[in-house]
Amino acid sequence: MSSLSRRGLFGIGAATAGAAVAATGAVAVGGFPVSEAGAATWSRPDVIPFPGRNQAGIATPVQDRMHTVAFDLTTSDRAAVIRLFKAWTDAAARMTAGNEVGEGAIPGVNEAPPDDTGEALGLPAARLTLTLGLGPGVFESDGKDRFGLRSQKPAALIELPRFAGDKLDPERTGGDLIVQACADDPQIAVHAIRNLVRIGFGTATVRWSQLGFGKTSSTTPSELTPRNLFGFKDGTENIASDDQTLLNQHVWVNSSQDDEPAWLDGGTFMVARRIAMRIETWDRTSLIEQEQLIGRSKGSGAPLGSAKERDKINVAALPPASHVRLVHPDSNNGHRLLRRGYSFVDGSDGLGRLDAGLFFIAFCRDPRTQYVPMQARVASQELLAEYLVHTGSGLWAVPPGVNTADGYWAQPLLEA
Amino acid sequence: MFATSRPAAALAVAAAAALALSACSDSSSGSGIAVKASDTECTPDSTALTAGVNTFEVNNVGSKGTELYVLRPNGSTIGERENIGPGTKVKLTVELPAGEYIVRCRPGDIGDGIKTNIKVTGETKAVQADARIAQAVTGYRTYVAAQSADSLKLAKDLQASIKAGDVEKSKTIYASSRVGWESVEPVAEAFGDLDPEMDLREADLEAGQTWTGWHVIEKGLWVKKSTAGLNVFADKLVANLVDLGSRVPTAEINGTSMANGAKELLDEVATGKITGEEEAFSHLDLVDFQANVTGAKKVFDLLKPVVAESQPDLATQLDTTFAALQKELDAVRTGPGVTEFPSYDTVDKATRDKLAAAVDALAEPLSHLAAAVVTTA
Repeated sequence: MSSLSRRGLFGIGAATAGAAVAATGAVAVGGFPVSEAGAATWSRPDVIPFPGRNQAGIATPVQDRMHTVAFDLTTSDRAAVIRLFKAWTDAAARMTAGNEVGEGAIPGVNEAPPDDTGEALGLPAARLTLTLGLGPGVFESDGKDRFGLRSQKPAALIELPRFAGDKLDPERTGGDLIVQACADDPQIAVHAIRNLVRIGFGTATVRWSQLGFGKTSSTTPSELTPRNLFGFKDGTENIASDDQTLLNQHVWVNSSQDDEPAWLDGGTFMVARRIAMRIETWDRTSLIEQEQLIGRSKGSGAPLGSAKERDKINVAALPPASHVRLVHPDSNNGHRLLRRGYSFVDGSDGLGRLDAGLFFIAFCRDPRTQYVPMQARVASQELLAEYLVHTGSGLWAVPPGVNTADGYWAQPLLEA
Repeated sequence: MFATSRPAAALAVAAAAALALSACSDSSSGSGIAVKASDTECTPDSTALTAGVNTFEVNNVGSKGTELYVLRPNGSTIGERENIGPGTKVKLTVELPAGEYIVRCRPGDIGDGIKTNIKVTGETKAVQADARIAQAVTGYRTYVAAQSADSLKLAKDLQASIKAGDVEKSKTIYASSRVGWESVEPVAEAFGDLDPEMDLREADLEAGQTWTGWHVIEKGLWVKKSTAGLNVFADKLVANLVDLGSRVPTAEINGTSMANGAKELLDEVATGKITGEEEAFSHLDLVDFQANVTGAKKVFDLLKPVVAESQPDLATQLDTTFAALQKELDAVRTGPGVTEFPSYDTVDKATRDKLAAAVDALAEPLSHLAAAVVTTA
């Protein structure tokens, strides 16, 4: 139910982070003043605040489920994109607060189709986050500057090169836009994407979508590290959600230091790779070989040669072609990614095997230095590659967060 | 409160829709009813309301969240809003015919809540009483009769060419005979038996069901490439169309059913034609597709004087999206005639994607036409 107005959710006007919080009942959430009612909503334990300097769903402690959709824009009219992003932002702010879209699922006039599809009615917000990314097509498409935004294209928004072994399906690759929904309840994640897709009719079409059911990375080191579909702990050395130093160093774009446009300040880049896993042959592989391929022991997650999962890794002690050694920052000039992927099983392949794998998601400040060299090395050198097939791919520029009452996703870009 | 979230350019439409609802209520039902809600109160500023669309505006001045319900005396819910936080205002719009009702708030979202009885009097201003809608219905009835007569004439020609054993001529006439029917199909669906007898696809046959109608003829002409055995089906098709024609003058048609019919025509396109399932043998799906769109556009054109006044942004959006879809169809057609389209199996994926996107762009706003007709009361 749409109980809170945008002003209520976002706050009392476009106050800056440094402004004194003077009005009665105003509190700060994520550094921004919001009304008391808004603050009450955003501080519920099942709610992740939508407003903020950075978009949620990146450093946010990883939720259990994911539904991600990539769109293609069918318009060349920037005003239409602005209308869409305003409508999406409004819906996203409502859904992440546990409210219904528009006038809700049960309209007062029977002849009208409901604004909200209704399957989230009565369910808690389940820590829903919605994160939007912009693909190269927003800036330039078929050589054309559709929206007059070409000059604002981020330098790091490149076409990812082909990596050894890639078997990318063009229909699972790319997309002008991407929206990642994460929540602890799959119904909530699906409901969010579905309602955004519906709002998008006429301006954006679905290019591909992906469901993920189990997290394969954690940004909360105090929790048990989740296991991926190889049965191994995944994300032990991931960047923690509260480590501002590492986040600023490796994730958030700083437009004054990076050679990137001002509208991307506080944003990041999102790499997504749909990695099918040959789980049938993996499952027939001996324990010792599995551990050699990964570089950690399966039970404890300890790096080979160490005793405990979180023991500091000495890459030289790991097998040369092991996964962990090849991806580790010490092997990659200190570069690291914030990983936030999910396991998937999308039915079966018609040959008696499950279509299972890892939907790899990583956020980084510059994919050219942080992702590409690492993936190039891994794809051609890791022995684990025999069990992996990259079937989908994409890179998107993720704008900063929305933090004013009248703000909307990518406003600084679209009004540049 | 922030405008409702709707497709693309519809943010303004939604605002207009919200305004239209309250505009309608203000003028005809005098219905902006303020409800003061707190931890201990639930007081509408009037308990004597006028029948029709009524909008309750609840202002929660309490310290707890609350909920607002409009109930029938037996406790069943007509409309509700939950999660009304402290310090917030929320609207609830409901259609209330004359009778007695209960307004209920539930502070803290628990317990039985606080109830107030209200009484609604007067006649719900009938949508049909709007003379322009009556005119639209008359115009549509004439259109349906003409489209049905067109299909009947061509079905008789088809009957003759099948009898004469002329496969190629029959195929040509088959295509033209589909147009009238496909442009008004939802009306026929209201008659229950006619649609399955005339338009059932082989894939939808249930066990024990007899297959008759156009698609039996389609299969005969395109797969068996023969008119053998088709006489009986052509005869039955003609009889069905005669039957349809006789039912049109007294069929139940109103503004809402017209608008719903237009939506259903686009649903037909989205589920059967864009997938190439409708004309599985002849691949004439684009002929049907165009007829569906033409039929939907006719409904919109007839209702436009009403909608352009009550919801001008919706009317504009429908103008735009109808034109955009027609443009995509025109880009792919082989000539100006209603049957001049390429075989659907030769239409590539990129074109199908464009058509699908244009269909979705139209179907969403079109689904709001029925409500727009209702709220002109």
